[in-house]
Amino acid sequence: MAQITLIEAVTQALAWEMKHDPSVVVLGEDVGVNGGVFRATLGLLDKFGAERVIDTPLDETTIGGITVGLAAQGMKPVAEAQFEGFIYGMLEQIICHAARLRNRTRGRMSVPAVWRAPWGGGIRAPEHHSEANEALFTNVPGLRVVLPSSPGRAYGLLLASIRDPDPVIFFEPKRIYRQYKEEVPDDGEALPLDVCFVLRDGSDVTLVTWGAQVKETLEAADALAEEGISAEVIDVATLKPLDFDTIHESVRKTGRCVIVHEAPRTAGFGAEISARLAEHALYDLVAPVERVTGYDTHIPLFRLEMKYLPSVEKIVAAAKRTLAVS
Amino acid sequence: MEKPVPIAATFEIEYLQYLDAEGKLVRDDLPAFARDTKQLVKLYQEMLMVRVFDAKAIALQRTGKLGTYAPCLGHEATYLAIGSTMQEDDCFAPSYREYGVQFHRGVKPRELLMYWGGDERGSNFSGPAHDFAWCVPIGTQCLHAAGSALAFKIRKEPRVAVCTIGDGGSSKADFNSALNVAGAMSLPLVAVIVNNGWAISVPRDAQTGARTLAQKGIAAGLECLQVDGNDLIAMRAAMDHALKRARHGHGGMVIEAVTYRLSDHTTADDARRYRSEQEVKDAWAREPLRRMKAYLMSLNAWTEDEETAWKAQCTKYVDAEVNAYLETKAQPVEAMFDYTYAELPADLLAQREEAIAWEKRT
Repeated sequence: MAQITLIEAVTQALAWEMKHDPSVVVLGEDVGVNGGVFRATLGLLDKFGAERVIDTPLDETTIGGITVGLAAQGMKPVAEAQFEGFIYGMLEQIICHAARLRNRTRGRMSVPAVWRAPWGGGIRAPEHHSEANEALFTNVPGLRVVLPSSPGRAYGLLLASIRDPDPVIFFEPKRIYRQYKEEVPDDGEALPLDVCFVLRDGSDVTLVTWGAQVKETLEAADALAEEGISAEVIDVATLKPLDFDTIHESVRKTGRCVIVHEAPRTAGFGAEISARLAEHALYDLVAPVERVTGYDTHIPLFRLEMKYLPSVEKIVAAAKRTLAVS
Repeated sequence: MEKPVPIAATFEIEYLQYLDAEGKLVRDDLPAFARDTKQLVKLYQEMLMVRVFDAKAIALQRTGKLGTYAPCLGHEATYLAIGSTMQEDDCFAPSYREYGVQFHRGVKPRELLMYWGGDERGSNFSGPAHDFAWCVPIGTQCLHAAGSALAFKIRKEPRVAVCTIGDGGSSKADFNSALNVAGAMSLPLVAVIVNNGWAISVPRDAQTGARTLAQKGIAAGLECLQVDGNDLIAMRAAMDHALKRARHGHGGMVIEAVTYRLSDHTTADDARRYRSEQEVKDAWAREPLRRMKAYLMSLNAWTEDEETAWKAQCTKYVDAEVNAYLETKAQPVEAMFDYTYAELPADLLAQREEAIAWEKRT
C-alpha cells in the first residue's frame, strides 16, 4: 500500500468520491489543468473532465455564490479557496446563505457543500496566505468546521464532509501538507465528524489542539514524558459542533488542561473550550486552564512568524505551569 | 489621434416597447401570444390580484398584523411577464418583492404573509421546491441562479435559472459576478434588472455612469436588452426570447425592465423625504395596469363591470388568505433548532432541551 502525504490524501478522497458520486464537482481557481496551487486537485481533470473539475473566473464572490446554487439544486460541490486568507470574499454567501438555507426554508432546500482551504502559517508565504481564521466560522450556526491533522484523518474526514448533508468548512493545515507520509487505504471509509480524536493517552495533563499544532503538541508530550510527565493529547478535528465530552472525560482524569492553537487568543476557539471547562468541569480542574496561542496581532510576515506560532517549548512551559499547582 | 484608429468593439442597446403609456400599440409585429386576447385578460387579472394583495399587505402592516413589508406597486407587468413565461422546472431566484412571479408559480399569499409576518414556514412555500426564497442580502441571489444554471448545464437539463435584481443591486459584486460567470461558462441564466428608479433613497443615476443598466451584461458577453417594464407585452416578448435562447444552449441574457417604484421602499420607509410628488405623479401616468386596461378595452375584451367584479373576487380571495395567515399559530420554541442541521448535533440538542425546559418553567 502506498504511503501518502496529507495533500495526497485530500486528492485521494476527492477522486474516490467523484468516482462514486456523480453529483460531486470540484470548483475553484486553478483547480483544473494546474491541479490547484498546492496540487490538491492534481489529475482530477483528466479523470473526470472539465464539467466536473471547474476552473472558475478569478473571483471569490463567484465561487462562494455558485457553490450555494449548485448545492441547492442537488449537486455536491467542493469549492476551493486558494488560501484561507482569500475566503473573506465568500463570507456573505457562506454565512447568509449556505449556513442558513436549510433553516430558513424549513428543510425545503439545503447546501450540502464543502469549502476547502489551505490554512495556517509557517510556510514562509506572502501576506494574507497564513491566517488561522477558523473562529470566524465556529460562531456561525449551521456550519461544520473541520480541521484534519494527518493524512489518514484528511482522507476520512474529507469523505465524511463531502457526504455530510450540511455545509462544511474544511481547513487543511498547509504547513503539514507534505510533512510526512502514512499508509492511507483508498477504501472510501469515512471517519466520523463531530468527534475528537485522542492521539495519546496520559494521566497528568490534557493537551487539546487541532491542525498543524498537533505536531508540536505531540512533540511536547514526548518532551514531557522524558521528564516523567504523562500528557494526553486530543486532536479536536471537528471544531463545530464540538465534542466536549471527550475533552471533559480527559480533564476528569488529569485535572489539567492546556489548549493550543495558532489563531489569535481573544475569542479564538480555545476560549470556547475554556468556557465550557469553566461551566462543566470547574471542580475537576486542579489548575487554571492554560492557552498557548498566537498573539492578538496579525500573524507577522515570515521573518517573525515562527515567533508568533505556538512552539514545543511554549507548550511544555504551559503544561508545567499547570503541574506547579496542586 | 490624427489618423483613424481601428474599432476594437462596439455595442448598442435596443429598447423594446409594444404598448405606450396610453395603451396604444407602437409596433405592428405583435408576438403570437399577444394575439391571444383571453390570455392577456388572464394576465391582466393576475396583475390586478397582485395589486389588491399589495394594498392589503400594507394595511396589515399599518394595523400591526404584519412586520415590515416591501410593496411591489408598479412592478406588476414585469413580474407577471417573468412568471408566465418561465416553465415550472426553471428556477427562480428573486430578491424580496417579486410576488407577481411567485403567485403565478404557485406561492400562496398566506405564505408570503408568513414570511413578512415573522415565520420561517413562509419560505417552505407551495411554489416549485427548487425555487429560492426571498433574498434580503442584495444581489446574492444572482449567484444562486448562476450556480443553479451551472447545475442544469452539467446535468444537461433543458432548464433556465432566472434572477431578478433592482437598479441598486446592479451595483453589487454578486450581480456582476453572476453575469461574468454566465458569460464565461455560457450558462442558461436570465438576469432581469427591475429598474424602478430608486434604491431606497438613492436614484438610479447615482448608481452608475452607464447609460443603461442592460449594458452591464455586454462586458460579460451576454445579450442585453432594455424593455419598457410597464408593458406586459414587451416584457413577455423579451422573456420568451431570453428563455428560449438560454434553454437551447445559446447562453445568458440581461433584461433591464424600466419601471417605477410607486410605493415606499418598504413600510419602514417614507419616500416623501427624498423624491418629489411631481415625479411620482408623472410615473402614475406610465404605470402598467392603466395601459393594459386601456388596450384590452380598445379590443372590447374588458369592461368596467368586469373590472369591478374581478376586484371584488380578488378582495375575497386575498381576505381568505389573510385569514389563513392570521390563524396560524407561532411555531413552538424548538422550531428554531430543528432545521439548523439535517441532524442536530449533541450540543445543539442540549440547547434545544434547555429552551423547551425554560418555556415549561413554573
